[in-house]
Order: sequence, then C-alpha cells, then structure tokens
Amino acid sequence: MNKTLKATLISCLVSTTLLAAPAMASKLKIGIAAEPYPPFSVKQSSGQWSGFEIDLVNYICKEIKAQCEINEVAWDGIIPALTSNKIDVIFNSMSITAEREKTIAFSAPYYYTPSMYVGPKGSKLTTTPAGLKGKIIGVQGSTSNADFLKKNYSSTATIKYYNTQDELNADMAAGRVDVMLMDAVPAVDFLQSKDGAALEAKGMAPKDPLLGEGIGAGLRKSDVALKKQFDAAIKKMQVSGDFKKIQKKYFSIDLTPK
Amino acid sequence: MRFEWMSSYGQFFIDGLTITLELLLCSGVLGFLLALAVGFGRLSRQPFIAWLSLSFTNLIRGTPLLVQIYVLYYGVGSLFVSFPAVRDSFLWPYLRDGFWYVVVALALSVGGYVGEVIKGGLRAVPKGELEAARALGMPPFMTVRRIWLPRAIQILLPSLAGESVLLLKSTALASTVAVMDVLGAANLVRAQTLRTYEPLLSVALIYLVLAWLIERVFRKLERRIPVRSAI
Repeated sequence: MNKTLKATLISCLVSTTLLAAPAMASKLKIGIAAEPYPPFSVKQSSGQWSGFEIDLVNYICKEIKAQCEINEVAWDGIIPALTSNKIDVIFNSMSITAEREKTIAFSAPYYYTPSMYVGPKGSKLTTTPAGLKGKIIGVQGSTSNADFLKKNYSSTATIKYYNTQDELNADMAAGRVDVMLMDAVPAVDFLQSKDGAALEAKGMAPKDPLLGEGIGAGLRKSDVALKKQFDAAIKKMQVSGDFKKIQKKYFSIDLTPK
Repeated sequence: MRFEWMSSYGQFFIDGLTITLELLLCSGVLGFLLALAVGFGRLSRQPFIAWLSLSFTNLIRGTPLLVQIYVLYYGVGSLFVSFPAVRDSFLWPYLRDGFWYVVVALALSVGGYVGEVIKGGLRAVPKGELEAARALGMPPFMTVRRIWLPRAIQILLPSLAGESVLLLKSTALASTVAVMDVLGAANLVRAQTLRTYEPLLSVALIYLVLAWLIERVFRKLERRIPVRSAI
C-alpha cells in the first residue's frame, strides 16, 4: 500500500515536472478574440483554432522558433489583457492606428483590407457624407471604421455603435440600420452567406489615415526584441511568396500590405 | 488616470445621460401604472384577474431582464421588417429603435416587481381606515383614490425609492442592444481610446450621483407627507 502510494506520488511529481518544464521555456501566448472571425480565426469542433491568421501566426512562430499557444480573450478587453501580461501578442486582425499606438506597439503590417459599405439590395445609397444624410449607419464600435465614420459622418448621419459585428449583422437584417461599414474580407464572406443574401456591396471607403495602414500584431512597447523578430518574419513571409501561398487558401482578393 | 478623452467624447456622455434619464422616466411612469394594475389585480376577488396578475408577476420575476430585452428586441422586433406595411408606416422609426424595446421591457419588469410591492402596501393599510371611509359614504373608487392608494404609497415610499434605484441600474442593460446610454458611451470610449478604468469609473460615479438624487427626492416626499403620531 505504502509502495503504491509512493510510486503514485513520484510518477505524479515526475510527470508534472516533465510536462511543466518545456511549458516554462518561452511559450508565447497569442491572444485572439473568443468569438470566431471567419476565415481569419475559426474554432473547430475539436476546440482547435484554424484559419488565415492562425496559419500566419504559426508561420511566424516557426520562423522565430517560438512555442506558441492560442489564448482566447474578449475582444473589447484584448489590449488590457496584453498590457497586464495575460497574453504576449495580439494576433487578431487589429488595425494599426495612432490611437492604439499610444498604448501598445505594433509589428509591421501583415495584411491589409479595405473597408466596404454594405446595404440592402435595391436601396439607392451614395456613400458620401452628403449621400448618407439622415441615414442610420451601423459600425462595430471598437474598429477603426468607427473612428472614420465618427470623424466624417457624425454631422450628417446617425451612427450606431455595436459591441460585435454579429449584433450589427442581426440589426442590419432586421432593418434597424440603413447601411453598415465593415472590413471587405468578412463582408465578401457575409454577402455570400444565407444571412447576407438580401444585402449587397455599396462600395469601398476611400483611403483615410483613420482607417489605418493595415493589420499588425499588437505587442507590448517594452518587448522590443520580439517586435524585431516579428517584423523580420513578416518581411520574409512577403518576400518569399509564402504569404500569397497561404492567402490563396482563403481569399479571392489580394491582402498584401502596402 | 488620464481624462483628455473627455474633450472629444464628453458629448457622448451628455447624450448618454439624457438617454439614461429618458429610459428611467418613461419606464418608471409606464411601469408604475402597470404595477398599480398588477397590485390591485393580485388582491382582486375575481379569480381570473387574480390568477392573471399572479402569472404575470411570476413570469416577469422568474426570467432574467436581459432575456426579456433580447426576446423583445431580437425576437419580436426583428419580425416587423418582413411586413412592408409596417416598414412604410409612421411607426417604423420607433419600431426600429432599440430605445422603445428597452422601455417596454423595463416597464414590464417594474410592473412585475413593484406590483408585488404595491400589493403588500395595499394590504398594510389599516382596515379601520377603509371601513371609516365606507362609513362616511365614500363610493369604492373614491375610497381607493383618497384613502387606500395614498396611504399605501405613503407606507411604501422607502421601498419605492429602492425600486427606483434598482430601475436606474437596470437601464444600463440598454447598452446591450446598441442604445447609447451612459454605459454605451463609456463602452465606446473604452473601445476607441483603449482606456478602461477612466470611462468605467466615470460611469460608476454618474450612477452613484443619480442614485443619491433619487434617494433625496424620495426623502423629500416622505417629509412632505404629514404624519400624525398620536393615535
């Protein structure tokens, strides 16, 4: 009896140390929002994450020889999670903006998507501030699209801010907003889905500094070395053509950052 | 602590405060009227009315307010869009606005909770006073209007103050259906400036001040009603 107890204890101890040891060695915690964002990050029924961004981050992790693990965080708390060390990297389609750069650092952009206006089929909409006068424009509040709308459209149109794109999509379908502004890539997917069948593209947003220079990995300002590694890996991914190879699996449009 | 975002987002807070107060007043008034009906309904001698009031109270008190808001907003509210007659009617601007769904949900909630409180208050009025009114020849409706209800509300004022503060805090749920109340404004600031504590603490302070104001108003009301302690 005593022997079995001893053996159990020892095996328990050995196994925990063995399992814990590699975990201690520079495991990079990649933070992504818990809600799926197809085709960038999708949770499989097995609980594993997959998608375009997951492929990209796996590529980068391999390049910089880091062990990465995906951590789920609430999107609206993702920056506090980074600054409080709960995660080490935000890799979740976050636009690089001056506002965000006050709080965190960004890697070089790893992809870029334009923003697209989406509205009901058949509705006549000119997406200029004058054309959308008196209309209700829906936008996810935590995106750079919201900044852009607030600056240029808030004097002529009503802007409704949503916590998540899903809520906005539901309200678009229920006719509670006249038009919405969202990233073009998920928009293309959404328009092809059953929920987006009654909607169509109403044009792209013009180039604007508020819409950002592209999507970058969010890093702590103090992690200078990690930023250098990420920048180098992202550059290599573009130059070698590996980015286009990964991209082809998911998109018909080009997302190469400028 | 940094508050420089106040200059560009201050207006959102002022607009949000207006929405919060409008939610509080609209749902408070409507809810109180409903609560009166429920309170008297609970004491009704008509079995059907008593049963109906009790079922309503159980339904409202037995389900989370957030679920009620979602059922109204995402459930009932999303049906209207498929009827062109509704879409083209003058009601559409109201039917597509989340505000009125929250007002209805909050009013129903007040009806359920405060209705039960009012029932208690109505029961607490001494029988002798009602009998005295009847003895003086007051018709039943006048008895209710002059004696029963005023006395019940007088007894209930402290509880009603508490219920009003609870209602104030419930209005914060409006931000879950894209209504820009003060919490909605704080969420927007949080999302756009990435400051977490400052906007949330500001909102907490606003609610504290509002709750304090409500308590004060009710205390004033309590003092205004003369109480004769001599029996």
